[in-house]
Amino acid sequence: MFAFLLRRIFYMIPTVILVSIVTFLIIQLPPGDYLDTLAAELSDQGGLDSGTMEALREQYGLGQPFFVQYWKWITGIVMQGDFGLSFEKNLPVGDLIWDRLGWTFAISLMTLLFIWAIALPIGIYSAVRKYSFGDYAATFFGFIGLAVPNFLLALVMMYVAFKYFGQSVGGLVSPEYLDAPWTWEKYVDLFKHIWMPIVVVGTSGAAALIRIMRANLLDELYRPYVVTARAKGMSEFQLLMRYPVRVALNPFLSTIGWILPTLVSGEIIVAVVMNLPTTGPMLLRALLVQDMYLAGSLILIVSLLTVLGTLISDLLLAWIDPRIRYQ
Amino acid sequence: MTLTDTSPVSDNSKDTNLVPELLGPWSLIWRKFKRHRLAYFSLWFVGFIYLMALFGEFLTTQDINETNRRAPFAPPMSVQLFTNDESGTSQFLLHARGLKLELNEEERRRTFVEDPDKIIPLGFFVEGYDYKLLGLIPLNTHLFGAKNPRDRVYFFGADRLGRDIYSRIVMGTRVSMSIGLVGVALSMVIGISLGGISGYYGGWIDNIIQRLIEFIRSIPTIPLWMGLAAAIPLGWPPLRTYFVVTVIVSMIGWTSLAREVRGKFLSLRKEDFVTAARLDGLTDWEVIRRHMVPSFSSHIIASLTLAVPLMILAETSLSFLGIGLQPPTVSWGTLLKEAQNIRTIIQAPWLLIAPGTMIVMAVLALNFLGDGLRDAADPNAH
Repeated sequence: MFAFLLRRIFYMIPTVILVSIVTFLIIQLPPGDYLDTLAAELSDQGGLDSGTMEALREQYGLGQPFFVQYWKWITGIVMQGDFGLSFEKNLPVGDLIWDRLGWTFAISLMTLLFIWAIALPIGIYSAVRKYSFGDYAATFFGFIGLAVPNFLLALVMMYVAFKYFGQSVGGLVSPEYLDAPWTWEKYVDLFKHIWMPIVVVGTSGAAALIRIMRANLLDELYRPYVVTARAKGMSEFQLLMRYPVRVALNPFLSTIGWILPTLVSGEIIVAVVMNLPTTGPMLLRALLVQDMYLAGSLILIVSLLTVLGTLISDLLLAWIDPRIRYQ
Repeated sequence: MTLTDTSPVSDNSKDTNLVPELLGPWSLIWRKFKRHRLAYFSLWFVGFIYLMALFGEFLTTQDINETNRRAPFAPPMSVQLFTNDESGTSQFLLHARGLKLELNEEERRRTFVEDPDKIIPLGFFVEGYDYKLLGLIPLNTHLFGAKNPRDRVYFFGADRLGRDIYSRIVMGTRVSMSIGLVGVALSMVIGISLGGISGYYGGWIDNIIQRLIEFIRSIPTIPLWMGLAAAIPLGWPPLRTYFVVTVIVSMIGWTSLAREVRGKFLSLRKEDFVTAARLDGLTDWEVIRRHMVPSFSSHIIASLTLAVPLMILAETSLSFLGIGLQPPTVSWGTLLKEAQNIRTIIQAPWLLIAPGTMIVMAVLALNFLGDGLRDAADPNAH
C-alpha cells in the first residue's frame, strides 16, 4: 500500500507541473494585457500616456518573454505563497480567493454526498426491480438529467422558486444576512439557499451514477454465488447488501475520479447563473478583463485541488480493492 | 440500408429452392436498430432537426435581425382557427391574435394584452423577406406565416429588441447542430489517430498518449475552456470565432474516443485475421484501414453519436456565459444568453422556455439515438 501511495504521488508531479504551465499559457493567450484593457477603459477620460503605460508594464513584469514571466509567477507561489496582484482590485490575489475557493469545494463535496445518497438506493432499486414502474421512472429521470444543461436547470429552478414560492434567489444567504455574524438563523437561511445549487449541480452526475450502479448490479445479481447464498436461506435484504452490492460498489467508487472534475466545472457555471460567492463569477470577470494573475491562480488552484481529489479517490479504491494495489 | 427482400412470388418459376437470406453486418444492425422504437423515432426526429438547420430561412417567419420597436418582450401570440364576424357566426380562418400595449396599473408599466380586433390571417407558402435557399436559390416564399408581409407574428414571443424568437431558434439550429457535427468530426480524427497509434504500437508511445489523456481528463474542463474561450478576441469575424469555439469544444470528445479505439486495437491486435493479413505482406496502414477499422466502425459510430449532444451542451454553456459565440451569430446558446438574469425571465419566460425546450429535445433525441445504435452494434446484447 505504501509503495502504491508513493508511486501514485510520484505520478502526480508531472501532472501538477503541466497544469501550471498550461494554465499560464492560457491566461497569456489573449492579445494584449490588462494594461490595454485599462487604457481602453480610461480612454474616455483622456487615456494613459505611453510613459505611464511603460512604467506600469515594468512594474508588473509584463512584456517579458513567456518563460521569464512563468518562472517569476510559479516561484512566487511555491516559495512565498505569493499569487501575484489582482490588477483590477489592486489587492494581492491571495487575499481574494480563499473564501471563494472554500465555497466552491464545500458545494462540490456536498454535491458528491448528495449524488451518492440519491444514486445508491435508486440504482439498487432499479436493478432489483428491473422493468418495474420505478425502474422506468429512474431511467426517464436519468435521461432528462443528462439532457438538461446545468445552467438551464438553474434558471428554471430560480424561476419556479421565485414565481411560485416567492423565495429570494441568487446568493447563498438572504440579503439581510450578508454581513451578519454566523448565528443559528443565518445557518438556517444558508441551508434554505444552498440546496438549490447542490441539486442543480448534482442532477446530471446522479443520473449517470444511477445508470452505472444499475448496470453493475445487474451483472452481479444472477451470479451463482447469489443463488448459493439464497439457497442457504439468507434473508433477501441481507443477501443483497452483503454480496452483490458490495461487489458492484467498486466501479461506483472509482467514478469519483471523473465525477469530481465535472462537479467543479458544473459548480462554476451554476455559480455564475445563481450569483453565488464562489469562484465562478470571479473567474469569469477576471477572464473578461484580463486580470491574468487572478484568473490564473483560480484555474491553477481549482485544477490542483481536483487532481488531489482524484488522487484521494484512487487511494480509497486501492484500499478497498487489493487487486488495484498490486497491478 | 434496407433489408434485402427475397421475393418468392416473382422468381418462383425457376427454382423453388430458395437461397437462405444472408444479411451483412450492417443490415443486421439496421434490423436490430429498427426494433428499438424510441431510438428509431429519435433518428427521424434528429433528421428533422438537421433538415430544419439546412432549410432554416424557408421555415422562418421573419428576418432574424429585424428589430421592432413596438414589440419589445411581446408574448407568444395565440393561433386560432375560427373568427367571429359581426353577425356572430363563426368562420374558418387560420389566424393569430394581435397584441396591443396597455398600461398595467398594478405593476405601473406597459404590458401586452391580446387585441380581439386585430386579426392576422396566417397561411402556408406566403411571401416574406428575400433569402437564398441553401445559399444558392433566391426566394422569398416561406412555409408558414402572416399572409400580409407587413404583419408581424410572434409564435414564441419576441426578445428585448422585438426580434422573433421562433425564427431565431430555427436559424440557431444551424449553428448549434453543426457545431456538434464539426466538433465530432474533429475529435474523431484526433481520437482515432491517437487511440489507434496508442493501441497498435503500444510501448512508450502508448504510455505517453495515455498519460496525456489522463491529464486532460483529470482537470476540470469548464475553467480551462473559459480561459481558452475568453482568449478569442471580440473583434474576430463570426466564422473564425465559430471555428475556434468548435475546436475548443471538440477537445472533450476525443479522449474517451481515443480510449475506446485503443482498447479495440489492443484486443484485435492478437486476432488471427490480423496476423494473417500481416503475413500476407500488407503494410501497417493497410491492415488498420482494411481489416481493423471495419470491425469496430459500428462502435465508433455509436460513440460519435453520443458525443454530439455533449458538444452541443458545451457550446451552449460557453455562449451562455458570453465567451463562446458572440451576437450577431445566432445559436441556442446566444439565445439563452438573453435570459440570463431572473428579472428578464420573470418578465419574459418564453426567452428561457422556447430555446431551452429545443436544446433538451435535441439532446435527448441524440442520446436515445446513440444508445439505440450502441445496443444494435453490440453483437452480444439481447
